[in-house]
Amino acid sequence: MVKTFACSFTATNLDARQGIQSVVSKLRSLGVPGARVDEVQIALTEAVNNVVEHAYEGSPPGDVRIRGELFPERLWISIQDAGSPFPKGELPEGKPADVSGPADSLPEGGFGWFLIRELASQVQYERSEGNNNLSLCFEIQVTSPSANS
Amino acid sequence: MSLTTTMTDDVQIVKVNAERIDAAMAIQFKEDMRTETESGPSRVILDLSEVQFIDSSGLGAIVAAMKQLGGSRKLDLAGLTPMVEKVFRLTRMDTVFDLYGSLSEATAPANANS
Repeated sequence: MVKTFACSFTATNLDARQGIQSVVSKLRSLGVPGARVDEVQIALTEAVNNVVEHAYEGSPPGDVRIRGELFPERLWISIQDAGSPFPKGELPEGKPADVSGPADSLPEGGFGWFLIRELASQVQYERSEGNNNLSLCFEIQVTSPSANS
Repeated sequence: MSLTTTMTDDVQIVKVNAERIDAAMAIQFKEDMRTETESGPSRVILDLSEVQFIDSSGLGAIVAAMKQLGGSRKLDLAGLTPMVEKVFRLTRMDTVFDLYGSLSEATAPANANS
């Protein structure tokens, strides 16, 4: 059976931290293995950071709504915001950052979409009714009996 | 956030006393590192054993902290938890820094000049 959960918070770094931590606790309580929770947390954090930094850039921070659906073998996490759409309506490609150069030219950012695409098995994006709807899928083997009941 | 420094003759150990280095604290971390490492030995070890979560902002802040040291000083990382190590590995930043499983490994005599 499918377990669902949801939370929402204002798009600030501190509220985002709290919201993400509540999703993480929920995933642990539903029996998602710790290493998988870590990976979901990384991808979710990068997606939410993008909303905070880009979607609501130059406007008062709006809401971020997170919804999770845990199936027996996969987890879908959707992140919705009412901020600006992605440039050209397309998700960034998420190329790996170039770390081969000298120390003083190393990148200090631009890792986010690479991490999301590396960790999620599927990424979907839809712009509708003024909202960005980003959905991330993760393959999961639930370990706790409570999640299988 | 708070950083704690232990100074020896040839190494400065900076311990991060926080569970997360995320977007909410990355800028503060970078500034605190600048203050902590303004002057000192040529080798700085960042003890990350308390850190349970890092995101790309935190990773960028550690890269910035390394750049702040300049070319003649080195930043090594010690005590990475599995989650933190995963982020370094995925972004290939594990090829940029020397990573040590623990602080004692980082300060073992054989590694003192590595």
